Amino acid sequence: MPPTRRLGAWSASVVRHAALLAFAAIALLPLYFMLTSALKTNDEFLGNTFGLPEHPVASTLLNSVAGGELYVWILNSLIVTVFSVMLSTVLAALAAYPIAMMKWRSGPYILGGLIALMVIPPIVLVIPLFQIAAATGQLNTYQAVVAIYTGVLLPFSTFLLTNFFRTIPYALVEAALMDGAGSWRIFRSVVLPLSGPALATVVTVQALWVWNELLIAVVFLQKDSLRTLMIGLTVFNSRYRIDVPVVMAGMLWATLPMLLLYLVGQRYFIRGLTAGGVKG
Amino acid sequence: MNRAERWLPWIYSLPMVGFVGLVFAYPMLSLLKFSVEHVGRSAYLPTRFVGLGNFRFIFGDSLFLGAIGNNLKLFLCVPVLLVLSVLLAQLLHDRPRGWKVYRALLFVPYILSIPVVGVVFGYLFQYQGQINGGLRALGLDALAADWLGDPALAMPTIMAVIVWKELGFGIILCLARLSSVGEQYFEAARVDGANWFQVLRHVTVPQLAPTLAFYAVVEMINMLSWVFSYIYVMTRGGPQNSTVVAEFYIYQQVFQNNQIGVGAAASLVLLALVGVLLAARQRLEARFDHYAAD
Repeated sequence: MPPTRRLGAWSASVVRHAALLAFAAIALLPLYFMLTSALKTNDEFLGNTFGLPEHPVASTLLNSVAGGELYVWILNSLIVTVFSVMLSTVLAALAAYPIAMMKWRSGPYILGGLIALMVIPPIVLVIPLFQIAAATGQLNTYQAVVAIYTGVLLPFSTFLLTNFFRTIPYALVEAALMDGAGSWRIFRSVVLPLSGPALATVVTVQALWVWNELLIAVVFLQKDSLRTLMIGLTVFNSRYRIDVPVVMAGMLWATLPMLLLYLVGQRYFIRGLTAGGVKG
Repeated sequence: MNRAERWLPWIYSLPMVGFVGLVFAYPMLSLLKFSVEHVGRSAYLPTRFVGLGNFRFIFGDSLFLGAIGNNLKLFLCVPVLLVLSVLLAQLLHDRPRGWKVYRALLFVPYILSIPVVGVVFGYLFQYQGQINGGLRALGLDALAADWLGDPALAMPTIMAVIVWKELGFGIILCLARLSSVGEQYFEAARVDGANWFQVLRHVTVPQLAPTLAFYAVVEMINMLSWVFSYIYVMTRGGPQNSTVVAEFYIYQQVFQNNQIGVGAAASLVLLALVGVLLAARQRLEARFDHYAAD
């Protein structure tokens, strides 16, 4: 290879890494700010608002949870997330099974309808749902919020699971039919055991969505003790505005669960989000 | 096929259909009714039929027109997202050392929650904040501004945050598509002496066309349907109503002004806009189906 060519390849590589590094730095900027600020005292922060902490402390992180509210909010978010994701995943699997694997004339229409529903802005649904909830005394209850989240999640989760069930080789189902298995037996013993990764994908994407949801939580959970983390954070922010490190510590605690889930299940995140985006 | 078998699919899907009916179908029908009513709050303020009055009101309301205008401004994020996604996907597709780490890092904004992102950027973009601090350190004092406090700048600043957050999604989509394109296309172009930009222009972009079309429509739908949280956390529609979007307008009318009919009418207009985009997406899907499937 002539030297100029090698030099060209070398400088191209430098430019490439420089561009990627620059974008990665921008992508991580808020995380960096949260992390470094949360390790500073307010006194240090006032003199050093962006640099690395010179005397890292754990006290800010501990103080931010000392009031106990963050625990309550995180717990509330966990309750709402776990129940709605479980319910939605079970119902979606049940519905996706006949759409994907049975001869069913209405199946494709139902699927088409679900795909259209995936783009409806939630604000539009919230107005009438709020009226129903108010009329039936279901405001400020978890069951109302879980039911709404489940309904909002179902088009996406059913669609994703339908696509996945379609990739299961039909020969396996036929073999089970030969052995005299009924439809429920086939679902339990053939379809579900093969669907581990798909279910993991659906669960991760839904959990991320519910955990981060703000509008429905703001409208339907107006009592302090019921607030989810995302509403709590806006309250937390206005309360501690003069102590930025404590606010950032709160934000960091709120981010950690999803960040850990991402680090563990990156594969599922990426698969689920791209599947929902490309064809959803 | 016997009777029981014919009903079997319905039995499996019934719970899903029930929930979806409750959360989507019933509310959308109620909206039609609300949109032609002045919805009362009690027996003393009964509900009145007002015909198209609510629609006349919103189309004469500069706040509503401004809100739709802001949603259209948000569409300007889409070309920026497309260009950056293609560039970064190509950079990653060149498989430089550590590309998987870069990919993981570039995706991080997409998993952070909007409230967290909004609060953190709220501080960074303050007049005495770190962004201006950085500009001053670089000697660019003239560029320092009150990013979220100036009515002329608040919307562009929010757009920058949205691009920041949504970019990872586009990169991953494009990268997934590029990985399924045969390496021989890129190789052939390089053998023919094409430089990096020529490969990008003549191989990558054409190969990505279906993906980009989908991504563009998906993001446009996002810009109409899913931006409430950014506004709620960063500006609450201010300063001087300069960042009110359709979703936020509806929220204010219904939950602050108690104007349910007006909110319902605005909702139907928003739904109509989303419907147009949805139809566009269905057409694209039909057109590209044979090679977009992976």
